[in-house]
Amino acid sequence: MCVAVPGKITTVTENNAEVDFCGVRRSVSLDLVPSAKKNDYVLVHAGFAIQVLGSEEAEETLRLFREIYANEKR
Amino acid sequence: MASAALSEMERLAAAASAKTGGAVNLMEVCGTHTMAIAAAGMRRLFPKPLRMHSGPGCPVCVTSQGDIDIVLALAEIPGVIITTFGDMLKVKGSSGLDLNSLRAGGADVRVVYSPLDAVELAAAEPGREVVFIGVGFETTAPVIGAALARAKKRGLKNFSVTAFFKLVPPALELLLSDPSNRISGFMLPGHVSAIIGLQPYRFVTRKYGVACVVTGFEPLDILTGINMLLRQISSGKPEVQDEYFRAVPEGGNPAALQVMREVFSPSAASWRAIGTLPGSGLALSRAYAGFDAVKRFKIKRAEAPEPKGCLCGQILLGKNLPPDCKLFGRACTPSSAVGPCMVSSEGACAAWFKYGS
Repeated sequence: MCVAVPGKITTVTENNAEVDFCGVRRSVSLDLVPSAKKNDYVLVHAGFAIQVLGSEEAEETLRLFREIYANEKR
Repeated sequence: MASAALSEMERLAAAASAKTGGAVNLMEVCGTHTMAIAAAGMRRLFPKPLRMHSGPGCPVCVTSQGDIDIVLALAEIPGVIITTFGDMLKVKGSSGLDLNSLRAGGADVRVVYSPLDAVELAAAEPGREVVFIGVGFETTAPVIGAALARAKKRGLKNFSVTAFFKLVPPALELLLSDPSNRISGFMLPGHVSAIIGLQPYRFVTRKYGVACVVTGFEPLDILTGINMLLRQISSGKPEVQDEYFRAVPEGGNPAALQVMREVFSPSAASWRAIGTLPGSGLALSRAYAGFDAVKRFKIKRAEAPEPKGCLCGQILLGKNLPPDCKLFGRACTPSSAVGPCMVSSEGACAAWFKYGS
């Protein structure tokens, strides 16, 4: 039940945001991530954004995966 | 990349096995990991010495029979609207009934996506009492806390919750303090950790010397998390590592932790098969005590036995795997579940049944 889905903030109104989940849009509360802003990727659990996803960190993760598993046979 | 991760795993598992002198027992603490591992069919790809156990991280599974009975008692009060996440609908109380069957008998039970939907419902139905069934870990507690803060701000008098929240670190401590514990590494829950950060897990490595990796939920995250655990075990240097750093900063989410401190206070919690553990849960704080559904409706708590023959509790403690249970796949299936590990969509038994070993 600790499922959380990442999405991108398209608009912010007070402490709510419209979040785009790959084309599906939903209103999400920003009460728990007050610093989140337009174009941020947020992790959403039960109608609340619970964390802002670092895009640099996401890219760093991909870079690490590529580096660790670079010797994959194709 | 996945095949490279798996061949790396083979090598690391052999090294870790040399260290442990046999099987390498790891535990995925979180039910969402249980489902992700099963859905990707990873189990059959794991190298032989590696054994992944499912831990006590499925909220519905760890909710005690006594607490389930309270939920059902609330649903039977005339005029009460029960709002809940869908997972709770089919968990049977000691009477053999569940929320679904009470609904069929006329109880007003509604599944919501967010506790905010329950708050909106209370605002729209001022003549009715709306109860939200609060179960979950540190991921869910702040979300329900924030919904309660909104309800309080709006002065809603007809909204209340059951505060049956549980905390992950005390559950880990319980597993570790058992002398028969054989888990040598924990795949830690990514989204609980997004809230609480890394600090609350440090005792696991310092006091018990058990490896810890906070892990994300994509298949490659999971393979990498396992490899990091195996590397820690084979090197004999356990630490709390963060594979899921794109979502889990060292300090977690300070705003969410603040909401939790305001709305809740640490309390004893009642765990299935484990019993009542002091400091392992969250109750409503004094400022929010008026929102406590159990107090508002004066429901008496009674300890209740678990379903006969059900091994759910032992499975949650990593002592058994689902096929060890005599009921598994016979008397107990997802369409007619005996225990909560089969009821919950992310329970270990449901995952084994749906995807096989």
